[in-house]
Amino acid sequence: MSVSVPSLQRRRNFLQKIVFNVFRLASLINGLALFIIVYFIVAKGWKAINWTFLTQPPVDSMTKGGILPCIVGTLCLSIGAILIAMPIGVASAIYLNEYARPGPLIRVIRLGINNLAGIPSIVFGLFGLAFFVVWLKMGVSIIAGALTLGAMSLPVIIGTTEEALRAVPDTYREASLGLGATKWQTIYRVVLPTALPGILTGTILGISRAAGETAPIMFTAAVFFTPIMPSSIFDEVMALPYHIYVLATAGTEIEATRHLQYGTALVLIFLVLGMNLIAIIYRSRLRKRMQ
Amino acid sequence: MPKVQATSSGESVTYKEICVDKPVKIEVKHLNFYYGKVQALQDNSLDFHINEVSALIGPSGCGKSTFLRCLNRMNDLISISRVEGNILLDGLDIYDPSVDVVMLRSRIGMVFQKPNPFPKTIFENVAYGLRVNGFKNKTFIEQRVEESLKLSAIWDEVKDRIHKSALELSGGQQQRVCIARALAVEPEILLMDEPCSALDPIATQKIEELIHQLKKSFTIIIVTHNMQQAARVSDITAFFYMGRLIEKGGTDTIFTRPKLKQTQDYITGRFG
Repeated sequence: MSVSVPSLQRRRNFLQKIVFNVFRLASLINGLALFIIVYFIVAKGWKAINWTFLTQPPVDSMTKGGILPCIVGTLCLSIGAILIAMPIGVASAIYLNEYARPGPLIRVIRLGINNLAGIPSIVFGLFGLAFFVVWLKMGVSIIAGALTLGAMSLPVIIGTTEEALRAVPDTYREASLGLGATKWQTIYRVVLPTALPGILTGTILGISRAAGETAPIMFTAAVFFTPIMPSSIFDEVMALPYHIYVLATAGTEIEATRHLQYGTALVLIFLVLGMNLIAIIYRSRLRKRMQ
Repeated sequence: MPKVQATSSGESVTYKEICVDKPVKIEVKHLNFYYGKVQALQDNSLDFHINEVSALIGPSGCGKSTFLRCLNRMNDLISISRVEGNILLDGLDIYDPSVDVVMLRSRIGMVFQKPNPFPKTIFENVAYGLRVNGFKNKTFIEQRVEESLKLSAIWDEVKDRIHKSALELSGGQQQRVCIARALAVEPEILLMDEPCSALDPIATQKIEELIHQLKKSFTIIIVTHNMQQAARVSDITAFFYMGRLIEKGGTDTIFTRPKLKQTQDYITGRFG
């Protein structure tokens, strides 16, 4: 029996080429989408960026001046969300991956986490309003917004942390236990340091995603306008995504402030990309140090 | 397959001769082991003596690794596992509820199939066992790390880069660092689970020389797929097949005049 029929081979090679090119196109679309978004925002927004814009509060019914309070507000909310969500998320992931034995309780918890990821952001906003702002009497404040954003990023943080923990070879755990280490010593001294780069990247990616959200903070932390900087976690703040939303929908001069809207969007995008970049650089440095 | 005869009668004369004046370190009595409903070990009894190297041989899946991992209760990590029978270490049952498994494991060192140094420096790898066991004195730790690395015949190769990552070393060097890591906590017993299977012949030779040295101070139990290795390093050889200890005896006897045909077939490479 002959193994290679030339025409069959040609047909197979042709099919292979088509399939690969379709896949290549699919991945190109991804890169292209980011490029188009960034290009659009930069092209329309860069003229608005100047020193005053970055260092002054808005003036004249927000038609002039800068966006400093929004930058500060978004940074406060993001850092607050990290401080709240990272310990809880990492602790849950450690429990689920290292301690818990499979059973109905764990299945319910996992189901809960997965469904948390699917809840629309506006629902998180309403939950934050009802629970943190009203019921816990926090008022519209940084803390209420950070808690809401933190709750929203929890599934991402838990998911990426679990993935990072699973990537730690079991033989590290066995070697540590074999030397007379307790389970906690093993986790604290071997598993966590090895998984740390993945955990940090996941956390920052989760938070930077949440930092750009409008819906979760519009009832819980962000205000239309405040010229003063926050002085405590119970202060309300302006925030970049909400500022864009306000200027674009409810301002006095929607058309006239277009360039300010794009400028704010540009700052927001760079803030988020900057956070991601820090995460990526930090991760690669940690990895290098380990090898 | 035909039923094999009970293990105790498979004992050879040489075995008794070798072990007669050496005290028993570990005594395994009627050990059964289950993964869920699957029985992986069936009624195995075997003694290990001080300062002696025992090799566990047998085809893949015969239970020799499982047997080894029962000895330091590493199988506890598998949630569906179950153990029956007794394993006595210096006369005390290691599966007794009063036994602290963490303490137990610090008395029994383990070396794994693939070199698995932690992603830390060479120094921190070897010091790890001391640190988790509560040693804080810096000079003591430095001293013990050096001793362990010397004992593992790796000191000369790494002394200039002891604070560099252990992952930069070659596989054979990594494995000797792992042995040093196990020795640093001064265990009484050393379990080796195919310690050379991922190494080249030269690295293997170094590890085997090391085993000869270490035997003076430790009780060593080694699982190996390599017949020549078993013949070279061990005093006692135990042949496992399908979860049963088939034959045990002095290594020379097992390799030259095994009692059972099955053992002979395996050793001469007719199956396995």
